[in-house]
Amino acid sequence: MNKRNLTIAAAALVAAGCAGMMESEPQVTDAQVLAVMKKSFLPKGRAQLDRLDQDEMQKLCSEAGATGKPLAKEVSDRLEKAQAAVIKYPSNLMGDWKSGERIAQTGVGKQYTDDPATPAGGNCYACHQLAKAELAFGTIGPPLYNFGKIRGFTPAMQKYAYGKVYNSQAFSACSSMPRFGHQQILTEKQIQDVVALLMEPESPVNK
Amino acid sequence: MNRIRRVATVLSLTGAIAGIAIAQQPRTTIEEIERYRAALGDGNPAELWEARGEGIWKEARGPNKVSLEKCDLGLGPGVVKGAYAVLPKYFADSGKVEDLESRLVTCMVKLQGFKPEDAKKDPFGGPGKKVPMDALVAYVTAESRGLAMNVSANHPKEKEAYELGRKMFFFRGGPHDFGCVTCHGSDSQRIRLQDLPNLTKKEDAQRAYTSWPAYRVSQGEVRSFQWRLNDCFRQQRFPELDFVSDGSVALTMYLAKNANGGVLTAPSIKR
Repeated sequence: MNKRNLTIAAAALVAAGCAGMMESEPQVTDAQVLAVMKKSFLPKGRAQLDRLDQDEMQKLCSEAGATGKPLAKEVSDRLEKAQAAVIKYPSNLMGDWKSGERIAQTGVGKQYTDDPATPAGGNCYACHQLAKAELAFGTIGPPLYNFGKIRGFTPAMQKYAYGKVYNSQAFSACSSMPRFGHQQILTEKQIQDVVALLMEPESPVNK
Repeated sequence: MNRIRRVATVLSLTGAIAGIAIAQQPRTTIEEIERYRAALGDGNPAELWEARGEGIWKEARGPNKVSLEKCDLGLGPGVVKGAYAVLPKYFADSGKVEDLESRLVTCMVKLQGFKPEDAKKDPFGGPGKKVPMDALVAYVTAESRGLAMNVSANHPKEKEAYELGRKMFFFRGGPHDFGCVTCHGSDSQRIRLQDLPNLTKKEDAQRAYTSWPAYRVSQGEVRSFQWRLNDCFRQQRFPELDFVSDGSVALTMYLAKNANGGVLTAPSIKR
């Protein structure tokens, strides 16, 4: 093969390589995705377009989902530590379990169709089993029936429950569970009530 | 008359089934809901939307006073049969990837002379308000009932839309950190008692996508796929998904292609 033929062969190889690349999925950057999304959503009521601006956790976890690659250990450790550092624990962790049950039942809050004057709910039953009497529970999260009874009615477990509801990402990076305190979905008093639902020996969750 | 009596029977049956189901195990509840759905399928009011939609399709409308009968839904001008099964797809005349609803808007603008904002207003029906879009969607999709989904996604713009839609599916944001993937990324999950399809998996994506649009018994309306996405994002606590926006079409492309091979049952009937 002379030099000229070699060049042609090389050019053909490059062309084949390019054609091969054309066959693969096109690259769409995160910036492009955000730009299209900002043009594809309309601000409505309390749900303005800034809701599409992701924080670090949302960004990293979206990427982990899209690539199918879980976060590297050092990244998830760092994320959990950062989220744990911003949890605000009140001195009293336990509220009223009856109010907690109502919060667990209602899913109202933060949607553009919701009245901002109405307190938000936690909608715990959408994903978790809690009191045995409620059969309409979801399975996205683990069952929490007998939460306190199994784990022990200890102050340490109260603190864990409060922290987990306040900011689930502090305990399990990329958890599906909302950060109810961190994102100001529930108030301190409401989280205390949900902790009581989980941790009061008298609560139907522990019966 | 017969239909009304049949619906009434189904509704009273539903109450009885729900009563029985609650007294039994959760799994049984799901099975009973499946039986309820099967019973509902016997008489689907979506037929009323389909008939109305056929009338609107053939009616001379808009400033140009022409029908939609020359509209190209992807298989050539005027071909309705089978068109829904190949959507979304790239259209050279608009230079865009379009789903059924956006393509209908394009035809209303280009053929009938509607202003884009007029073609897009009233995308979904509601109490006391029947809109042409729902009826047109019901008519066109019914003409693909029984056919297998066959979205090509070979054109570079189609591939780009698919990839964009895929990334949107995994995009977590808003006050609740939710994305489509939160509810639709794992097998055999339930929200309350509602089964959630894993839309990243072929069988689930096929079963779910091919059943939309659907007549929703609880709402008394035929709901389009654009409506389905709009209402998912509302519950995700996102801002409102703009009707026939590029993002909405891209996400539809991702979900439709994942459902390739699935046989269309739409417009179906749902709770």
